[in-house]
Amino acid sequence: MDITSLSAVEMRDKLLSGEISCREIVKAHIDNIEKMEPEINAFITLTKEEALERADRIDEKIRNKEEVGLLAGIPVAVKDNISTKGVRTTCASKMLENYIPPYDATVVERIIEEDGIIIGKTNMDEFAMGSSTETSYFGPTRNPIDTTRVPGGSSGGSAAAVRAKEAAIALGTDTGGSIREPASFCGVVGIKPTYGLVSRYGVVPMANSLDQVGSFGRNVSDAALLLQAIAGHDPKDSTSMDLDVVDYLAHIEDGIKGMKIGVPKEYMEIEIDKSLKDKILDAINILKDLGAELVEVSLPNLKYALPDYYIISTSELSSNLSRFDGIRYGYRTENYSSLDELYKKSRSEAFGEEVKRRIMLGTYSLSKGHADEYYKKALKIRTLIKNDFDKAFEKADVLVGPTTPTLPFKIGEITDPVTMYKSDSFTVAINLAGVCALSMPCGYVDGFPVGLQMIGDRFKEINILKAAYALEKNLGGVR
Amino acid sequence: MVSKEDVYHIADLAKLDFSHEELEKFTDEFSKILEYVGQLKELDTEGVEPTYNISSKVQPLREDVVMPSLPKEEVLKNAPEEQYGYFKLPRIMD
Amino acid sequence: MAYKTLVGLEIHVELSTKTKIFCGCSNEFGKDANTQCCPVCLGLPGALPVLNKAVVEYAIKAGLAFNCDIATDTRMDRKNYFYPDLVKGFQISQNDIPLCSNGYIEIDTENGPKKIRIRRIHIEEDTGKSIHTESGDSLLDYNRSGVPLIEIVTEPDMNSKEEAQKFLESLKSTLQYIEVSDCKMEEGSLRCDINLNIVDDERNTKTRITEIKNLNSFSAVGKAIEYEEKRHIELLEEGKNTVRETRRWNELENKTVVMRSKEEAADYRYGTEPDIAPIKIDEKWIEEIRQNMPELPRNKKMRFIKEYNLPEYDAEVLTQSKDLSFFFEETVGLSEDPKQVSNWVMGDVLRRLNDEGIEVKDLKFTPKDLADLLKLINEGKISNNIGKKVLREMFETGKKPDDIVKEQGLVQISDESQLKEVVAKILEENEQSVIDYKNGKTRALGFLIGQVMKATKGKANPQLVNKLVTEMLEEK
Repeated sequence: MDITSLSAVEMRDKLLSGEISCREIVKAHIDNIEKMEPEINAFITLTKEEALERADRIDEKIRNKEEVGLLAGIPVAVKDNISTKGVRTTCASKMLENYIPPYDATVVERIIEEDGIIIGKTNMDEFAMGSSTETSYFGPTRNPIDTTRVPGGSSGGSAAAVRAKEAAIALGTDTGGSIREPASFCGVVGIKPTYGLVSRYGVVPMANSLDQVGSFGRNVSDAALLLQAIAGHDPKDSTSMDLDVVDYLAHIEDGIKGMKIGVPKEYMEIEIDKSLKDKILDAINILKDLGAELVEVSLPNLKYALPDYYIISTSELSSNLSRFDGIRYGYRTENYSSLDELYKKSRSEAFGEEVKRRIMLGTYSLSKGHADEYYKKALKIRTLIKNDFDKAFEKADVLVGPTTPTLPFKIGEITDPVTMYKSDSFTVAINLAGVCALSMPCGYVDGFPVGLQMIGDRFKEINILKAAYALEKNLGGVR
Repeated sequence: MVSKEDVYHIADLAKLDFSHEELEKFTDEFSKILEYVGQLKELDTEGVEPTYNISSKVQPLREDVVMPSLPKEEVLKNAPEEQYGYFKLPRIMD
Repeated sequence: MAYKTLVGLEIHVELSTKTKIFCGCSNEFGKDANTQCCPVCLGLPGALPVLNKAVVEYAIKAGLAFNCDIATDTRMDRKNYFYPDLVKGFQISQNDIPLCSNGYIEIDTENGPKKIRIRRIHIEEDTGKSIHTESGDSLLDYNRSGVPLIEIVTEPDMNSKEEAQKFLESLKSTLQYIEVSDCKMEEGSLRCDINLNIVDDERNTKTRITEIKNLNSFSAVGKAIEYEEKRHIELLEEGKNTVRETRRWNELENKTVVMRSKEEAADYRYGTEPDIAPIKIDEKWIEEIRQNMPELPRNKKMRFIKEYNLPEYDAEVLTQSKDLSFFFEETVGLSEDPKQVSNWVMGDVLRRLNDEGIEVKDLKFTPKDLADLLKLINEGKISNNIGKKVLREMFETGKKPDDIVKEQGLVQISDESQLKEVVAKILEENEQSVIDYKNGKTRALGFLIGQVMKATKGKANPQLVNKLVTEMLEEK
């Protein structure tokens, strides 16, 4: 049996039934990692020994007929901007190349509590800034479907690891599309939950009011399972909501009869390859056939979402990255003769170009004389965008559209920053509004997956999960 | 649209350094980016409230109870340099 | 020349909560370096702040004590700048909406009471501390990083060093009364910066504002104001003006020195702190805090003057510390003469507390004990001087005054016949002094009285001794 081709849910079932052991599961994935990594480069740090140790402990728990958690036996990959105690957490940057956090992020604690097995820290765009995982200090990750192409970003490593069966499920973070876009490029499912559903404690922030931790899986149920394990209030995160978490897997198969599906008209007006657009429209028709009702919705301010996102996210990150000054941890330059030089050289030598670009844009937006024109204005536009979504959700339960405007592009193909930013055209508005969304493969064009994006109202993840599950089933399940 | 002096000033605020060649290229890119985000100015936002926080959450207030701190070794673990239990910054003239 | 000095103060006060403002690390002073730190107050990537309820409560208390409006909807902001003691490269503070605003402290001046307006009070986090070694290295300790502060900003309503000092005394005393800070400038829990300029009403000019930092005591504040007043006026007389700059006070040389002068004001790029959600404060909570406020020092002072007929000086001294005022008032409740109690408390008790550097709560005796002592004196059982001796014993041992008097046999001798015997003996033994007195040397009287007191080990009733010696000398 090819263990790594099983779904996460199946792995756990077979573990509990005694058909396979946890050690076998982990070993199979380690073998795969050793085979794939030289080409894929999805991981920055592997934790093979620790994973095998945990596997043995879980096997023992099962032998003793003890209760095991939701993620028992399942190898999980964790994006390298999520703090893991005692295991280096680099954010794919030279700045944190040797930084070892003294604490675990809450989501990591929860994975461990649920008996998930963390197999390694995945590659990403440096400090989560990018849409292709090309800005990583540790080299790009390659798309397992075609290794000359990008896996998307910034959670490219996690998406690739899941696609390449190096891990069954993975954690990513999404600030403007960083889970959904790589999910689309790698042909896997990626979920960005509602802002405040999942704790951000321990997650190195890019933009605090936009970031969320989310999940990758090869099918909807697997991604939902991981989300279930990490969701829920955390008193250490003042922005995490105190709400009861829905049991996603209990309702995921409920079907979508009568569900109102809206296709924002402005989505269909954004430039996109025709072949992609056709696949999206086909998928929408299937949803209709499955009993959903199509309604007209509009997001009138959508075209301002991308520039709005870039001002808000860069303003926040320019401040967030100020702590990297070479004094308490991280990279420190060797030669300096003043405090100013220490700061400038350490930061300039350790940050990549994209990071510097965005810090500059954010600093500019917040600076005297520009703050009203840029930062404050952007905050007002955010209100307009948020209101657009609120109005749309009065008419529809779920909004659908494309995830990306193109198929996965070649590594090194896009060098102009603004062109790269446009990869996020369909995804950033969701983060600005704070609602939830996922991407799932809805077909293939020229051998490359096409991602369908499903957007749900705040804390209504169950709606997009139901719709995604129904569509997936109809398309024939996992490819 | 934006001058090299402007870029230099922003870089100073952000504590970043650019060599002369980098500054040239960067000023160019930066101008393009600013132009791109500048399209926001066309939108009329008269009377619109800014969104300061995206969730409807109200700040929870923590009880004033002492929790264990990190052991000193953990605090200093990643320090580039330390001495006598302090983080050390050699030869800084104030 | 109608020069007017305008002084505004910016005061940072460390709150005496148990934990820091955004994390559960202990807020205790004086511990080993870097032993009170966690991911949050170290600013480790990924750590998030959670606001301490007691910090908000203490700040509201301070706001109410200073007659401020309290915001029911407020938020935290980020103040961005780089410095080694600032772990995140930004300080979480309040810019747009301070928690308290539009208050005042009333001080007493020679022209009557004067309100010094408080523009705002807001909450923020403190930075770590750096020390410089001889070799020019910096050593950084982050125990203080994240300690809760309130920043109090006044309007430039003070016109002299006396007014500034009175303001600070009143501020400190009030904050101690409501128990939100121990206000120890030596430990850094109260820090003060001055903003000063001079206005020339006649010529309609004014100097540019100077900011003065590095003041370690209220007396330094006074000296710095005096120095700057002089410097500003001198420049004006020369037809020049000051530069808008920050100077630091040099205690050793008694002058201000320019700090690195900045060409323009710093750009802090203020933005909202997105990791702290909007802060909502319940009106009911504010009301509750208001109800539970103790009587404030100025009100108590006024009340002491009125109720106990005390001079202002007495009332001022007695109400400077809350514990001392309680001790005083409790003693008065058990005695007859408030002025007498005041003299003793302000005199012997306070002097001893200051000499030993101890607090009222460390006293080994109670207000009732003091009242009992005063009763013994008022009933003539012991003299005033003996009373002071008994008090010293009470300080040392905490024994009751009655017991001390009994044990040491200190009861005053007021028996005339007994005393007459002693006086007669002294007069006999000191013939020369008697002759001196008769010859007009009145000092001899004092000497003879002293000898009688000595012979009776101080126990003789002094007034009676005086009377008897005088009488018996006349008879000679």
